[in-house]
Amino acid sequence: MEQDTRAVENTAVAHDADSSLLRELVAHLRDERTPLREEWTRRITEAQLLSVMTSDEIFSEVTAVYDNYVDALETGSIEALEAYAKNLSERIIPRGVETHEVLGVVLLLRDVLARSLFEKYQKEPNLLTRVLDAYEPAANRIAVTVGVSFVQERERVIRQQQLAIRELSTPVLKVRDQLLILPIIGALDAGRARQLTEQLLNGIRENRAKVVVIDITGVPSIDMPVADHLVQAVRASALMGARVIITGLSADIAQTVVNLGVDLSMMQSVGDLQGGIEEAERQLSYEVTRTRDQPGELGE
Amino acid sequence: MPVSILKQGPYLIASVQSALTDTEVIDLRDSLLAGVAKHRSRGVIVDVAALDIIDSFVARSLTTVARTNRLRGARTVVVGIQPEVAMAMSQFGLRLDEAYTALDLEAGIQLLTH
Repeated sequence: MEQDTRAVENTAVAHDADSSLLRELVAHLRDERTPLREEWTRRITEAQLLSVMTSDEIFSEVTAVYDNYVDALETGSIEALEAYAKNLSERIIPRGVETHEVLGVVLLLRDVLARSLFEKYQKEPNLLTRVLDAYEPAANRIAVTVGVSFVQERERVIRQQQLAIRELSTPVLKVRDQLLILPIIGALDAGRARQLTEQLLNGIRENRAKVVVIDITGVPSIDMPVADHLVQAVRASALMGARVIITGLSADIAQTVVNLGVDLSMMQSVGDLQGGIEEAERQLSYEVTRTRDQPGELGE
Repeated sequence: MPVSILKQGPYLIASVQSALTDTEVIDLRDSLLAGVAKHRSRGVIVDVAALDIIDSFVARSLTTVARTNRLRGARTVVVGIQPEVAMAMSQFGLRLDEAYTALDLEAGIQLLTH
């Protein structure tokens, strides 16, 4: 029991000693602000990190991060730094800054500061050990915070973009009674193909469609799973009483489909979207005629 | 049996009210085949809008009905397959060969009369 109390007191004393050391450390880092910032910037440029930013920009960001970093060391609260890191990430991610660059920059700062502490205390090895004991956990925590903020922000941006693509990418358009068009733009993956099938089937039900033209002019390439999904979409539409006409197969895609051996026997396919719509109109007994000749077209 | 079979002119209309057991599927199949013979029907419509699941047994039974009817000169239309059901069926490779399909009863009747 007594021993326990003493142990607690010891820890408290050690804690006090740690915090006084940390204060000393922070004071040192404040004094050396200018040379350390310059050193950090120099190391960043040397390592060719943040190459998309000008050196002025790097220096001003470096200053802000440095001050936040020292504040975080002093108070132990990383919220301000976290907010700044998030804000910084928002600004630099659209410019194409990579994760390894951000992590590299933060680790460089850690190294630069540790080096400077080492120089200051190298004549007192015991003190140096204790200074580093106080500095390292705090510095590591800060490095992790900045890195995680960056990655989180990046993931948020990616999620947002995926959502935007998903919402934009698969409109089901009604062009005539019982006739739908589904233009597909951009690469198809299995997830998008499934979502597309869902929208197609719901569109068929809502519009009471009999014929659907799926145009894949805007699809750069197709692999086996995606081809299978397309076949499934066509089969499912047939179960709901709608025929599917596929248009706009590029020569490349047509060749891939043939090479993959996908069974397209139940799929009707027409060269281009115009042909597909004309065929669909024929099947639905629509007849489109011009009401008068266009001037200048027939060389009057 | 949760299926009612109505005679509507030259057509038979079977509407499924709720999920079917295997025995009920067999009953439905036999009643349809017998009904077509008895009424000399030219078409059969099976409305499955109430089904949340169409498994391989149901699909095969419907195909059998369609194939048998065709040999007797009657057309079979399966109507009311829900989007989720259609997706699941195509994923599992279930097909209704030789049966016609239509969105709902109205579209099915239209398909038979035109």
